[in-house]
Amino acid sequence: MNCIIIDDETTARAIIGQLCSNIPKLNLIDDFPNAMQAIKYLNQNEVDLIFLDIHMPDFTGFDFIETLKNPPKIILTTSDPNFAIQAFEYDCIVDYLVKPITQERFEKAIKKAEDKVSKPVVSASSSTEKVETSSGNDLYVNIDRRLIKIDIPSIYLIEAKGDYIQVKTEDKNYTVHSTLKKIEEKLPNDLFLKVHRSYVINIKKIIDIEDNSVLIKKDVIPVSRSNRPELMKRLNLL
Amino acid sequence: MEQPNLSYINQLSGGDKAFEEKLITIIKDEFPKEKDIYFKNIENDNFKEAAENVHKLKHKISILGLEKSYEVAVNFENSLLDQSKTGKDDFDAIMQNITDFLATL
Repeated sequence: MNCIIIDDETTARAIIGQLCSNIPKLNLIDDFPNAMQAIKYLNQNEVDLIFLDIHMPDFTGFDFIETLKNPPKIILTTSDPNFAIQAFEYDCIVDYLVKPITQERFEKAIKKAEDKVSKPVVSASSSTEKVETSSGNDLYVNIDRRLIKIDIPSIYLIEAKGDYIQVKTEDKNYTVHSTLKKIEEKLPNDLFLKVHRSYVINIKKIIDIEDNSVLIKKDVIPVSRSNRPELMKRLNLL
Repeated sequence: MEQPNLSYINQLSGGDKAFEEKLITIIKDEFPKEKDIYFKNIENDNFKEAAENVHKLKHKISILGLEKSYEVAVNFENSLLDQSKTGKDDFDAIMQNITDFLATL
């Protein structure tokens, strides 16, 4: 796997370089102290994997990802575990390493990247994502190695929680290892809407809307400014 | 106060002395620069910038095995993001601790 490192800290680049050198299948091509230099390089070259720092001056790791049309697999490296939720909204991000990175944890991340590089067509229903669908109104989710059927119309809220999502239904709540983006693809568009980066709601279950929040059952859910117009469009307003 | 150590670096190197020396040289070069920028920003009440400096310095703190100090740095970074200098003295003591340790290498 051809890879590059983007990190403004020399120490971090040296450490990741050392971690790479212990894995023969990794071919570290170059490292860059900022995103702009990496973008210039990627305009003319292709890589399989990028080790990307999130916290960089001027241009963050997430800004960098947004500039890429067809991003390769990315492993985030950061001293801040608080970005994990945001990280898993990007399909290209295969893992999230918190510094200081150990060889063991690094190898685990490479294994994940390797699996995704060798199987580039990853759909939301792949076994690794543990969310399976069937026809009609059912959604099967993998919880503790059991495929559990959920009646889609009974879902009123889905909340992102780190590496997991919490699916709330009329009867029960389910915690599933997946992302909002993946489950969103499996739900009917006319019924469900992402109102915030951490929340997808069933619009039929809304009780009321006030300013920048909606009330669903007993949950008050924030609505981000960018998602509010779409929400208002979906409502049967008098 | 807990003392810095080279456990992580030794573990990472797997006995590769050349790498250990290279990394220590890099840290000895980069740490004082990052520390100076932090001190300038904190003196000028540039809270956001100082928080970013502390964020970067946290990595050095963890590389040198300072687990409790890392927590102090995390709290101080959060204070700075709230426009407060709570925890500054403790963090500055960590900076001095690392400076003293690096001088022995």
